Amino acid sequence: MAIGVTQQRLDAVAKVTGRARYTDDLGMPGMRHAAYVRSPRAHALVRSIDTAEALALPGVEAVFTAADVPRRRFATAGHPYSLDPAGADVADRRLLTDHARYHGDEVAIVVARDLLTARKAARLVRVEYEELPVLADAEAALAEGAPLIHAWRGPSNLIGEHAFEAGGSMAEALERADVTVEAFLTTSVQQHCHMEPFTAYAYMEDDAHIVIVSSTQIPHICRRIAAQALGLDWACIRVIKPYVGGGFGAKQDVVLEPMVAFLTWKLGGAPVSLELSREECMACTRTRHGFRMHGKAAARKDGTLTGVSLDVLSNTGGYASHGHSIAAAGGGKLAALYPRAVFSYHARTAYTNYPVAGALRGYGAPQVAHAVECLVEDAARALGMDSVEFRLRNVARPGEVNPYTKKVLDTAGIVECLEKGRDMFRWSERRAACLRTGDLRRGVGVACFSYGSSTYPASVEHAGARMILNQDGSVTMMAGATEIGQGADTAFAQMAAETLGLDFSCFRVVSTQDTDVTPFDTGAYASRQCYVASNAIRRCAEQLRGRILAAAGRMLGQPAESLALRGREVVRAAEREAASPRALLSLRDLALESYYNKEEGGQITAEVAHKTRANAPCFGCTFTEIEVDVPLCRMRVVDLLNVHDSGRIISPGMAVGQVQGGVAMGIGWALYEELLVDDRSGRILNNNLLDYKVPTPPDVPDIGAAFVETHEPSGGYGNKALGEPPIVSPAPALRNALLDATGVAVDELPLSPKTLYRHFAAAGLL
Amino acid sequence: MFDIRKYRQAATAAEAVRLLVEDPAARCLAGGTDVLVRLRELHPGYDNLVDIHNVAELKPIVLLPDGTLRIGAGATFTDIMESPVVRECAPLLVEAAASVAGPQIRNVGTIGGNLCNGAVSADTAAPVLALNARLRLLGPGGERCLPAAEFHTGPGKVALHPGEVLLSVDIPKDDRQGWGGQYVKYAMREAMDIATIGCAAAVRLRDGRMEDVRLAFAVAAPTPVRCPAAEAAARGRSPDEAAFLAVRKAVVEDVKPRTSWRATAEFRLHIIRTLAGRVLAEAARRAEGARA
Repeated sequence: MAIGVTQQRLDAVAKVTGRARYTDDLGMPGMRHAAYVRSPRAHALVRSIDTAEALALPGVEAVFTAADVPRRRFATAGHPYSLDPAGADVADRRLLTDHARYHGDEVAIVVARDLLTARKAARLVRVEYEELPVLADAEAALAEGAPLIHAWRGPSNLIGEHAFEAGGSMAEALERADVTVEAFLTTSVQQHCHMEPFTAYAYMEDDAHIVIVSSTQIPHICRRIAAQALGLDWACIRVIKPYVGGGFGAKQDVVLEPMVAFLTWKLGGAPVSLELSREECMACTRTRHGFRMHGKAAARKDGTLTGVSLDVLSNTGGYASHGHSIAAAGGGKLAALYPRAVFSYHARTAYTNYPVAGALRGYGAPQVAHAVECLVEDAARALGMDSVEFRLRNVARPGEVNPYTKKVLDTAGIVECLEKGRDMFRWSERRAACLRTGDLRRGVGVACFSYGSSTYPASVEHAGARMILNQDGSVTMMAGATEIGQGADTAFAQMAAETLGLDFSCFRVVSTQDTDVTPFDTGAYASRQCYVASNAIRRCAEQLRGRILAAAGRMLGQPAESLALRGREVVRAAEREAASPRALLSLRDLALESYYNKEEGGQITAEVAHKTRANAPCFGCTFTEIEVDVPLCRMRVVDLLNVHDSGRIISPGMAVGQVQGGVAMGIGWALYEELLVDDRSGRILNNNLLDYKVPTPPDVPDIGAAFVETHEPSGGYGNKALGEPPIVSPAPALRNALLDATGVAVDELPLSPKTLYRHFAAAGLL
Repeated sequence: MFDIRKYRQAATAAEAVRLLVEDPAARCLAGGTDVLVRLRELHPGYDNLVDIHNVAELKPIVLLPDGTLRIGAGATFTDIMESPVVRECAPLLVEAAASVAGPQIRNVGTIGGNLCNGAVSADTAAPVLALNARLRLLGPGGERCLPAAEFHTGPGKVALHPGEVLLSVDIPKDDRQGWGGQYVKYAMREAMDIATIGCAAAVRLRDGRMEDVRLAFAVAAPTPVRCPAAEAAARGRSPDEAAFLAVRKAVVEDVKPRTSWRATAEFRLHIIRTLAGRVLAEAARRAEGARA
């Protein structure tokens, strides 16, 4: 059994010893370095650019402006290509612009012999701007007569709007209800803060092909978008993805690659590197959309939730990036949670002069779940019912139909998650013990969520896997799905080991994806990889096993069906599960014979491309206890437990790590982090790791992680998604705990001391 | 890669003074935790350096024969935290040093740099005021001694004359013995942060009353400040709720917090008042156990 066992990560030694090579460790002789000239204004037209002083600095080789780059606009969102033009992303970017749409927009780029010279020269480029009115607020951006940020797109700053009503009519749900609660909620702009900044370089070895090495989550999508941006055939671009130091969705966007490809092309194929500073990463790449939401929840005295409605306004900033997909997906992913209640959802997404928002762990679901779980909490309290009990009465059960997708929920472990969490957390006991008066108060909170396991049917779900039996009997595997730090390679090796019946130590996974070589997969996003790759890997491993056993059958003169693999040997199928089966043939001998027999055989390989046409909802919940120092306006997370139904768990150790990382990021979003933008000027105020407060180890408690293992039939190994889900429910659980402790419903994030001060003062607590 | 135009290393404090006098545009580099950040950001005025981080005479932490605690300006925050003498004589300063950033920064950042760069948020600034420290300076005209309260002269400004370096922070025996003290750094997170408000208090009791009271704040005014009104409100009273209520009221006269995007003046004032009472109360509690 290789599934359900914690193995040492395949990349552990490489990363712990510092030998793992990331994009910037690779480099090339003759590398040039580029630096952007960025707009200091959030909304302005470029009147003139004077590059003379920059070009005069020794070491500077070139300066390019919007006048030098292709006219065509391209879309940057890392979605699979859509055969239906209506499904294409908004193409609103050029490589450089003469119309700055956010503070930090890219108006020129300098190339020099070293990075310091490039950055110094960038400051010497003189740009004259004509200021335009700044739109910071999404509501204001949608107002009649608001200045247009992308005038060529049409008469409004609205980039998307949709609505659905699932499971009945909200009007009727309100009518049937005994209590109705209502809330206005806002969420803050979060930044990914992945450890490895954005970095890429490109070079050419011939006239026709550009090679890009990049820290990306999505090499195959990157190839297509870089080609589209430059107007090249897709195969003219080759993207190589080495080890990646985190992405969290930021790198599910094509940010630097088209530019480095353009620069090497302009410089006759010379290698050009573009490495962003932390400050640039935080302000000028992507963020999490801030949502403004108005919602209602309706319930009956018997504890039945009859409906939840939500009206969402999402602020995407100066460019669309993933645009309205975030608000759309956020609503869709939550629809499975309370399938017997009406879920009425309306969302709009607007351009503003804010930093550009794109994908960030959770993809809209944390915002939507925050609103839903605050409303559900308020409804439980209005009914006077225990918060866990109220949820237990209303959450999904297996066999029910998701009212939004109309698909049957084959697996739905949320009831068990809530029950298990309630026991493990000693919910009732702790709830009773909380002191809710005085300066130091305590409170407990709970929240739950549903999420998806892929993007189907919004996008194609394609995974590819290739396996090669080496001469020594080991197996090399290539997956199109990318390792970006989450442990995908190790999980894939476990899956292959499970199906082939071989030792985990037989497998080597090529961690680098290279679009000229690697099987096709669209990459790391939507928590999809383990789910969709599992089916490709399983089929590929079955194919390889069949070919190995066929070869073994020929060599041993026995029917292949009578043989099996175990450890590193061929054994009799009947003895496969025996304590010590007799080895008939070692894989090494089999491989050597197959490779080098002059008359027959050959390298044994298998390759599978698989499309998944399912999207199993996964579920989970958070239980937390907090302590509030009322006079100091500060809350501390005393304890937090997440319980997940992610189907079968491939690697328990890595799963716990994933939960702890996601929860820590969720605590950051809930209590600490907000990218601050001056509403008048659009200026970004805190794009550094001192002023943008990512929680540190002393700010985060020991995080508990537990699982309810269902067996999902659409997952290759019974598995569902786990990558993003841990971030979804901590924020509402923490808000609900604060409400429990103080009686104050704080419906804005982050729940930082500055926010609590205003709310506590208004509530008369100070 | 740093854009350093000129760099010289001083072996002694006297040599540092000479190099600074020779080149008035040069700037001292000690731990580098502020200077290198500015250099990385390509700020003008940081590319010409006199490096004093290896000057041995600035490192020691000693107890002088007259009982004065002398902390070399080049002592790192880690040195201060781990010094048995400081732990014994000025635990307030240990709390302040421990609140700075994280371990890596504390291993290189120095108390001298913390004070000399003039930041109103410096974690050692309020404690040094509460301890009534003297700052020993060496300049081209020789040594002089300055009370800590006269050192910070404005936002980012200190009383160093051209060519002067800070030699040590001296705390006389009478300013440390028999006192109880506390430093609380109020920040948005527990580590790796600058103070939203820093509060240091020191109290000496006599017959159960607060005979000597010192209260100091960082980030509560354009410079770190002592709080004469709050101190007067507490002096001579028993450390009880009524006294601390008076302190919370009086401290408003001592501070001038400002509104910035980091925090509003109202919020800062609320925190100042809360901390004034709490920190002084804890200092008084600790003073009960302090040996005279």
